[in-house]
Amino acid sequence: MVKKTKSLNLNFGPQHPAAHGVLRLILELDGEVVEKADPHIGLLHRGTEKLIEQKTYTQALPYFDRLDYVAPMNQEHAFALAAEKLLNIEVPIRAKYIRVIFCEIGRILSHILNVTTQALDVGALTPSLWGFEERETLMTFYERASGSRLHANYFRTGGVHQDIPMKLVEDIEKFCRSFPKIIDDLEGLLTDNRIFKQRNVEIGIVSKQEALDHSFSGVMLRGSGIAWDLRRSQPYEIYKDLHFKIPIGKNGDCYDRYLCRIEEMRESVKIILQCIERLPKGPIKSIDGKISPPNRDDLKESMEALIHHFKLFTEGYRVPKGDVYTAVEAPKGEFGVYLISDGSNKPYRCKIRAPGFSHLQAMDYLIRGHMLADVPAVLGSLDIVFGEVDR
Amino acid sequence: MVEKLKKIEKIINSELASKVQHSVIDNEELKVEININDLIEVVQFLKSNDKCKFRQLIDIAGVDYPEENKRFQLVYLFLSHENNIRVKILIKFQTNETINSLTKIFPSSNWMEREVFDMYGIKFKNHPDLRRILTDYGFKGHPLRKDFPLTGFNEVRYSEKEKKVVYEPVKLEQNYRNFDFESPWEGTNYIREIKDLEKDGKKN
Repeated sequence: MVKKTKSLNLNFGPQHPAAHGVLRLILELDGEVVEKADPHIGLLHRGTEKLIEQKTYTQALPYFDRLDYVAPMNQEHAFALAAEKLLNIEVPIRAKYIRVIFCEIGRILSHILNVTTQALDVGALTPSLWGFEERETLMTFYERASGSRLHANYFRTGGVHQDIPMKLVEDIEKFCRSFPKIIDDLEGLLTDNRIFKQRNVEIGIVSKQEALDHSFSGVMLRGSGIAWDLRRSQPYEIYKDLHFKIPIGKNGDCYDRYLCRIEEMRESVKIILQCIERLPKGPIKSIDGKISPPNRDDLKESMEALIHHFKLFTEGYRVPKGDVYTAVEAPKGEFGVYLISDGSNKPYRCKIRAPGFSHLQAMDYLIRGHMLADVPAVLGSLDIVFGEVDR
Repeated sequence: MVEKLKKIEKIINSELASKVQHSVIDNEELKVEININDLIEVVQFLKSNDKCKFRQLIDIAGVDYPEENKRFQLVYLFLSHENNIRVKILIKFQTNETINSLTKIFPSSNWMEREVFDMYGIKFKNHPDLRRILTDYGFKGHPLRKDFPLTGFNEVRYSEKEKKVVYEPVKLEQNYRNFDFESPWEGTNYIREIKDLEKDGKKN
């Protein structure tokens, strides 16, 4: 007698705590083994690219905070770099240092969230409680620099919005001195934890070739042993003067990716400390009055400043015709902006390359043949944030 | 950086002479325009050639120019880890043309092409699963086309009466106001002359 079996269709999400947002995953199961996964995305689609086409360059920037809302400033950075490349303007050195400090803070923010929620998905509650306390501290740094904890809108074409006070720099330094201890604590909870290892080692293995074929970037690529980091290979801002290591994995499984993220946090702390040590004095945005708005004080006395202020906040600045692609190493991978300008004050087209989009695409390939319980573990290690996947 | 790009440009131009329509290095980026029928071969070459090794497809960007005869453009962004360079492949075509899918060469192009299809309505030949990806189930229209209104056509709300989410045509109290802030004044002539002088001075 032949037993007939029918595969079971399971709807995972869109409202599921382990889906890391609004992911609807349609799983085809044979018993507990996943035969096929079909992610349905777009539940958080807000038409960012369409909206940007209707806004001036200054107004377009805040949309980038809302993409990967876990590390907002890294996204702003890509757009600011793109506009600067088209305008061909130089960013003052102090602004570069401030940008790097906040990008690395963003990286730590993102990695804490990812590492701890991945642990949460496989059953460890404590790391997320410890990690979120640190995230709160980091977000107050965001707030003290930009005025808001999450949607910072701090970077500008040609620099940053405001200078940071000395006290903030001191506090960031103090945090950097104490934070490695917290990473040790987190590692103490997870790295050698038997349950955590059982859930993550040899789960979701990605080979080198497949990582390339599936357009992986960031930790997903490094976890598979490809030493590639845009901060090193195509350095922007001041990264080429900084000393940091690029951790790479060996087996390309979820556990290696977790280890990479932990090491990257340590490297980020080192980068921030180097920046603080060298932080030069000087202007924090381009001195070109046609691009960066004048100081508040000047408005009272200088006619030219007043005109510039009015023009910049109504018409905005015009960007020369052309198209550029700029990419930054965001915490999740290569975040790129392909910007086409037609010479007016609004972008003609702004294509956003989100790393999570290609990572999630590989979900089917990663999960096939795994158990149902591995779905959250793999999903966690992909580091998905729906703001950027759906755009 | 530019040196490297020039070298690659030379290789592409000599090896694919009949297929390349136009190539340019602008803003330190190499852009190659090709014919739509040669897409597969060119991409295959870029991926497998020893000197190119563009083994990663970064993204596919659609662009819409409603006034032009060849209305749509697709820009394929490639990255070579070995050579540490990027290249952009550009194709231009009319509304009703279908493009060859790259899914056989780069599996990651699957969703990227779906996105282009969703946003621009561009169809791909031999694509295994060409569905909408980002927009709503049952959505009509292609939002990133320039003639699609920013506010869209439908809005959704929860209806207490019907106890479900209902779709209704967009009703706005006030239309979306798109101010044209662009100044008609170009500045007086003597300022422009000074600027030109400065520019020339920098070049020398």
